[in-house]
Amino acid sequence: MSYVAIKGGKAAIDGAAAATDYMRCMNAVDEPIKLSVIEDQLRLLTSRVVSEGGLYHPKLAALALKQFQGDTLEAAFALRAYRSTKPRLLETPLQDTSKMRCIRRISSAFKDIPGGQMLGATFDYALRLLRLDLANEDPAAFRLVAKNFLSHTPEADLPDSFPKVLDALRAEGLLPPVGAIREQAFDITRDPLVFPVPRSAALATMARAETGSLLAMAYSNMRGYGDVHPTVAELRVGYLPVMLPHPVTGELMEAGEVLMTECEVVAMYESGKDGDMPVFTLGYGACFGHNEVKAISMAIIDRALQKGMRDGPDNPSEDPEFVLLHVDGVDSMGFASHYKMPHYVTFQSDMDRLRTTQGKLRETGETA
Amino acid sequence: MNSNYELPLEDAGYSFGFLDEYAKKEVRRCILKAIAIPGYQTPYASREMPMGRGFGTGGLQITLSLIGAQDTLKVIDQGSDDSVNAVNLRQFVQLTCPGVEVTEKTQEATLLQSRHRIPEKPLTEAQILILQVPYPDALVVVEPSEARRKIMHAEADYSRLLVKLYEDIVHFNEITISHRYPTRINGHYVIDPSPIPRWDVPKLHQSKALVLLGAGREKKIYAVPPYTLAEPLVFDDIAFRVEDFRDVNGVRHACRCCASTVSFLDEFSDDQGRVAYQCSDSAYCEEQQQPHSGSAA
Repeated sequence: MSYVAIKGGKAAIDGAAAATDYMRCMNAVDEPIKLSVIEDQLRLLTSRVVSEGGLYHPKLAALALKQFQGDTLEAAFALRAYRSTKPRLLETPLQDTSKMRCIRRISSAFKDIPGGQMLGATFDYALRLLRLDLANEDPAAFRLVAKNFLSHTPEADLPDSFPKVLDALRAEGLLPPVGAIREQAFDITRDPLVFPVPRSAALATMARAETGSLLAMAYSNMRGYGDVHPTVAELRVGYLPVMLPHPVTGELMEAGEVLMTECEVVAMYESGKDGDMPVFTLGYGACFGHNEVKAISMAIIDRALQKGMRDGPDNPSEDPEFVLLHVDGVDSMGFASHYKMPHYVTFQSDMDRLRTTQGKLRETGETA
Repeated sequence: MNSNYELPLEDAGYSFGFLDEYAKKEVRRCILKAIAIPGYQTPYASREMPMGRGFGTGGLQITLSLIGAQDTLKVIDQGSDDSVNAVNLRQFVQLTCPGVEVTEKTQEATLLQSRHRIPEKPLTEAQILILQVPYPDALVVVEPSEARRKIMHAEADYSRLLVKLYEDIVHFNEITISHRYPTRINGHYVIDPSPIPRWDVPKLHQSKALVLLGAGREKKIYAVPPYTLAEPLVFDDIAFRVEDFRDVNGVRHACRCCASTVSFLDEFSDDQGRVAYQCSDSAYCEEQQQPHSGSAA
């Protein structure tokens, strides 16, 4: 009978909050996890959260991961909500990613690229065999790994930055020239998506999209519902200096740096406009943190969406409405969760319709 | 990144109404536009709130943008002030809007935020009803693309919605839409009136109170201004009908607590497994149970 009375909401909420916090702390002999441990040792998890949260704050991301017990969607959500309390003070000008301090940089289009391939930190070639020795690492073993790595690292033979692979292709006339920036970048935190939307709105939406959702859309394009057939011209991970105008002089100054992943893909060529030579087409992906699968997925979908915007969509991954309204983790998880809330009133109304319909059909002796 | 950066240890101090002032101002401007074009879905830059999208963030952003220290707020979910979601939203407003009064009594509230119900007690010109909306667009059942739906709205082209109603009648001899019944506002735009039962739809018509509808996830605000036409979509020969609470003999079920026979009822099984009925509007029900309650609706 309490089912209808729904009394005691406050006590129930307080109880649920206490139970949730207990789950976090129930094994009282465990060491409380430190934020720096999450930020450093679970760096890819932190990366995911800063990216999906749309707020570059690794320490807060680590806190959110701790508070929400490892749930990336919830953690990203908390960062977004925190962001809602902050005014937007200024807009960054275009940032030049060739200035990125790379920790990894590869190309699958060319084996020899200016500056060279740099594998960096990657699991791409790791054997997915469980390393049972990690189960009980002690700080000494931990330090030894770091010490060994650092003592074998050659000093100062890495350049500060690398040229962009695409620049070489562009110089050869295989790519469309970089057009002048025609429009103000669309700010998805200030303007809702009203379709059709410019490409910058699509890129911004995907930059904070949920990784898995974006991957699913891109994968559908890769394996038959689309034909982007991408080649990764360049994938780079590194620290990008963020340049902001000085409040007094207006001169660009480095305000800090953000860890980013950027991916540029080359796709099948298209006939040129007005008798121009045909050129390759491009797709672009970039997001906060070290998230390679996300950046690649984004670049593929960017290409698919550009095609859909031009010729009309032939499949879901080319439809801007379909893609952009369904890849946001915070929006979609919230709505999925809301089905756990009571729907007594609407279900009562549903029952009324079904009973009336059944009654009418019984009267007339028909069945639908 | 700066590895020496430390988080501030004290709790973040939230500004009044949680959102920053620019965000609240923007929401208010969208509300004005929504009132000026009754039923039109005004897009706005919905912010993330600290509760789930779909838990009432659209209504909450309207509430927080309008509320001031002199206001009295009532929050309803499924007709009840005490269900977990209503409690949660109310607590959040109390936390971020110090000084604001809250109430369970419909007549005391200046702002009412509700999910799934309009109170049984008639609202007044001094009140604003804010409805939480999961799907703002009534056309979504017949057209998935928003770009195409916008054109249909602009042309007041609701033919496909009418065809859907007609097909229902052909298939089932009844219109199957149970709640969120498409409702034409001021003779033009058809809105989704949020998932209120059909029972509540007539309360929108010529409502004395301003009704604001907010969809946070879908980023839309729309309004039914006071004293405005709100007509459920029907055919001349098939009347709009609200939920029927009569038994097989045609006798109206009464609330088992307050014996009201004029309120929307929730149905459930009691301890003996019998079907029982109770008012969905808990504040109304409690008032009916008072020995000398003056104003039965």
